[in-house]
Amino acid sequence: MTETIAQPEYRFTQMPIRTDGPPLTDPSVQSAPILVHTESLNLYYGQKQALFDINIGFPKNTVTALIGPSGCGKSTLLRCLNRMNDLIDDVRIEGKVLLGDQNLYAPGVDVIGLRKRMGMVFQKSNPFPKSIYENVAYGLRIQGIKDRSVIQDAVERSLQGAGLWDEVKDRLNESGLGLSGGQQQRLCIARALAIQPEVVLMDEPCSALDPIATAKIEELIFELKKKFTIITVTHNMQQAARVSDFTAFFWLGKLIELDLTEKIFTNPTEQLTEDYITGRFG
Amino acid sequence: MNSFFEWWRRGSVWVWLSGATLALSLLMVAGLILFLAIKGMGFFWPGDIHQIQLADGTIWGQVTNHEEESRYHPARTQVKIANRDVYGQDFRWVDDAEILNRSFPGDALYIEKLDGGPFIGRLVQIEEHGQVLAVGDKALPIAQKRLSGAKAYQAQIKSIEQSEAGALSNRLEKLRLDGRKLELQGKRNPRAAQEIEDKKQDIHKQFEQLQARLEALRNQSRALTVTLETADGNSRIMPLANIVRIVPANSIGLFGKAGVYLSRLWEFVSADPREANTEGGIFPAIFGTVMMVLIMSIVVVPLGVLAALFLREYARDGWVVRTVRISVNNLAGVPSIVFGVFGLGFFVVTVGGGIDNFFFPERFPAPTFKTGGILWASLTLALLTLPVVIVATEEALAAVPRSQREGSLALGATKWQTLWNVVIPGASQGILTGLILAMARGAGEVAPLMLTGVVKLAPSLPLDGSFPFIHLERKFMHLGFHIYDVGFQSPNSEAAKPMVFMTALLLLLIVLVLNIFALRLRRKLRRRTGGSSF
Repeated sequence: MTETIAQPEYRFTQMPIRTDGPPLTDPSVQSAPILVHTESLNLYYGQKQALFDINIGFPKNTVTALIGPSGCGKSTLLRCLNRMNDLIDDVRIEGKVLLGDQNLYAPGVDVIGLRKRMGMVFQKSNPFPKSIYENVAYGLRIQGIKDRSVIQDAVERSLQGAGLWDEVKDRLNESGLGLSGGQQQRLCIARALAIQPEVVLMDEPCSALDPIATAKIEELIFELKKKFTIITVTHNMQQAARVSDFTAFFWLGKLIELDLTEKIFTNPTEQLTEDYITGRFG
Repeated sequence: MNSFFEWWRRGSVWVWLSGATLALSLLMVAGLILFLAIKGMGFFWPGDIHQIQLADGTIWGQVTNHEEESRYHPARTQVKIANRDVYGQDFRWVDDAEILNRSFPGDALYIEKLDGGPFIGRLVQIEEHGQVLAVGDKALPIAQKRLSGAKAYQAQIKSIEQSEAGALSNRLEKLRLDGRKLELQGKRNPRAAQEIEDKKQDIHKQFEQLQARLEALRNQSRALTVTLETADGNSRIMPLANIVRIVPANSIGLFGKAGVYLSRLWEFVSADPREANTEGGIFPAIFGTVMMVLIMSIVVVPLGVLAALFLREYARDGWVVRTVRISVNNLAGVPSIVFGVFGLGFFVVTVGGGIDNFFFPERFPAPTFKTGGILWASLTLALLTLPVVIVATEEALAAVPRSQREGSLALGATKWQTLWNVVIPGASQGILTGLILAMARGAGEVAPLMLTGVVKLAPSLPLDGSFPFIHLERKFMHLGFHIYDVGFQSPNSEAAKPMVFMTALLLLLIVLVLNIFALRLRRKLRRRTGGSSF
C-alpha cells in the first residue's frame, strides 16, 4: 500500500470546534489519508442513469455513513466498490473507483482478489447453511488454505472481533441458521473479517434487527474502525449520527453533501440536506 | 338463506371439495394396495383339500373360486385339482348340482414339485434303492425327515453345475476365443495351436471327471423314491429329491399352516423361479430391478445436475435456452416405448456394436454388448428420467436465495466455488426430490426394457462371484416385466394369477424402500445444513 494517495476533489469543511466540552470528533479523522475514492463515477441500469458523476473519498480507519431516501443510489455506490454490480446484467459503469492507487475498473483487474480486500455485510443476514465454524472459515477455505491451526485461529479471532465468540464458542459445529437474527448478522460480520479485508462495506446492516441487536452492532462498528475502514449505508439518521465520522447525503443519484457527521447533522451547507435530516421529505 | 351465502362466500365449499378430492385419491391408492395384498397374500396360505364326490368319481382339490347361477352357467365351483401330468390341467369347474358329498380327508397331501406342477394325493410308500422303508401313515414322517437330505443332494448338484462346470466351460470358451484372436491377428502357428489343443484336452478330461461325480450324486439323489397316488387311483413313482415341499394340508393345523406360509413367502423373495416363472421365487427379478434402478441413478444424477447447472447458472438466458428448456420438458412426455426404440437403435446396435467390433472381434458373430443388457436398459431409463432430474434441479437451484450467492461472491469466491460450496448444497434436497421421482418412474417402466435387455428368465445374475463381478452386458429379469410375462405370456396363467398380484405388491414395496432410502438421505442433509428450501 503506497502512501502517495491521489487526494480526490471533494468539499471538506472544517468541523465546528465545540467549546463547552471535549470535541465530538476525534480530530485525527480529518487528517486520515484517503483509502478509497471514486472519480467521476457514472452508473447506468440499461438506459436509466443511477449515479451521476460521483466524486467521494473514504479516509482510512474511519466510518462513513451513506444516507438518503430510497432509490438515491447509496446502495448502488456501495456495490460499485467491490464490483458486486457486475452480477447484474445490463449495468454500465463509467469513471474510476480507486482502492489506494489501483483502479478497480481498469481492464484485467482481479475481481476475486479485489473482493478479498473489501469485506461486505448485507442488509439481510445471509449465513450459509453450514456450521458456525464453517461459515467463518469459508473465506479461507476458498482461498485454498488447508492448515487447521491457521483456520482455527482465524475463526476464533474473527468471532471475537465480531463480539460473538463468547456466545457461540461451545456450539461452533451447530448450524449458523440456528442463531438469532442479531447473532446471524454478527456471524456475517465475522465471516467478512476472517479474510482480513481493508475495507468493510455494510449495506444497512441493522435494518432487520431489533434495538438491542442494533446497539450491539453499532458498538461493534465503533470497535472495528480501529482496524478497518468502514462504509455503511443506513436509513436510520440517529444511527448515522451515532456511529459515523463522516456522512454523505445522496439524492436522486447525486452526491449532495459530504462532511463531518457533526457538521451534517448540526449545520449542513445544503438546503436539501437540512430538509432531509429534519424530516421534511424522504 | 343468508347463512348459505355466507357459507359460500367464505369459500367453505372449496375447502370441502378439496378435502374430499384428497380423501378420494388416498382411498384409491389404499384400495389398490389393499386389493393387491388381499389377492396376493393369500397365495401362500395352504388351503384345505376338499374331497368332492361326483357322480362319475371322486376328486381332490383346493376350492379357488365359486360363481352363482347366471344366464350362462349354473352355480359352479372352481377346484384346483393340480396333477397336471395326470389330468392335463390344473383347474376344473364343477357344477354344484353334481356334487354329492364333500369331506376333508386327513391323509391328503399337497406336494410341490420341482417340475410338472403340484401334486394332490396321498403317499403310498417310501423306498430306498427299491427297498420299502415304510408304508401308509408311517411313510409321511420319514419322507418329511429325509426331504432336506434329498434336497441337499440337489443343491450340491446345482452348485457343481453352476460353479465348477461353469468355470470349466468359461475356460474352454476363453481358449476358443484366444485361438480365434490369434487367427484374426494372423499369428496362428502350429505350436500355439497345439498348446491350445492340449489345454482343451485337459479341460475335457476334467469335464469327464466332473460328469462322473455328478452322475454319482444324481444316483444318490435318486435312491429315495416315493409312490404317490391320486384320488382316483393313478399312482406315480418319483424321486424324493424332485419334491420341494410336502404339505398335509388338512391335518397340520393353524400353526403348521402359518409355518408353511412363511416358508413359501421366504421362498418367493429369495429363490429362483421354477415352472416358467409361475412357481418358486422371484429373487432374480428383485435383484435385477434394484440393480437397474441403482445404475440408472448413478448415471442420471450427475448428467441431470450438470445439465441443469449449465442451463440455470451459465447459459445466457435467450431463445436458445428457452428452446432447450421447452424441449427438455417435452422429453418428459415422450412415450417410453420410443425411448426403448432409441435405446435399441443407439445404445445396443450403435454403441454396443462399436464396442464389440473394437474390443471383442474374436467373439464374432456372438454379440457381447451388441445385444440387450442391463447397462443399455439402465442408460435408456436414465435418458427417460433425465427431464425429471433436470427440471427438479433447476427449480432447486432457482430456490437458493440470491443473498447467499452474493455472500459467497463477496468473500472472494469464484462462481464455481460459490456453486459448489453454497448453491449445490443448498439445492441438494431438491435434487434428491428429483431423484426420488426419477427412481419411482424408472422402477415401474417395462416397455423400453423389453427392447433393451430384459428377459423372461436370465441364466445368471448381473452381479456374481466370477471375474469381473459386475456383468453389465448380461440380460436381466425385472419385476415389471415379470408381471407381464407371468400374467399374460404364461401357459398356465390361471395358476400364476396370485403370483402377478404378489409381484406387483413387491414392486410397490421396492419402490417404497428405494424412496425411503432417498428420503432418509434428504433428511440427513437437511439436518446437516440446518435449513430447508423444500
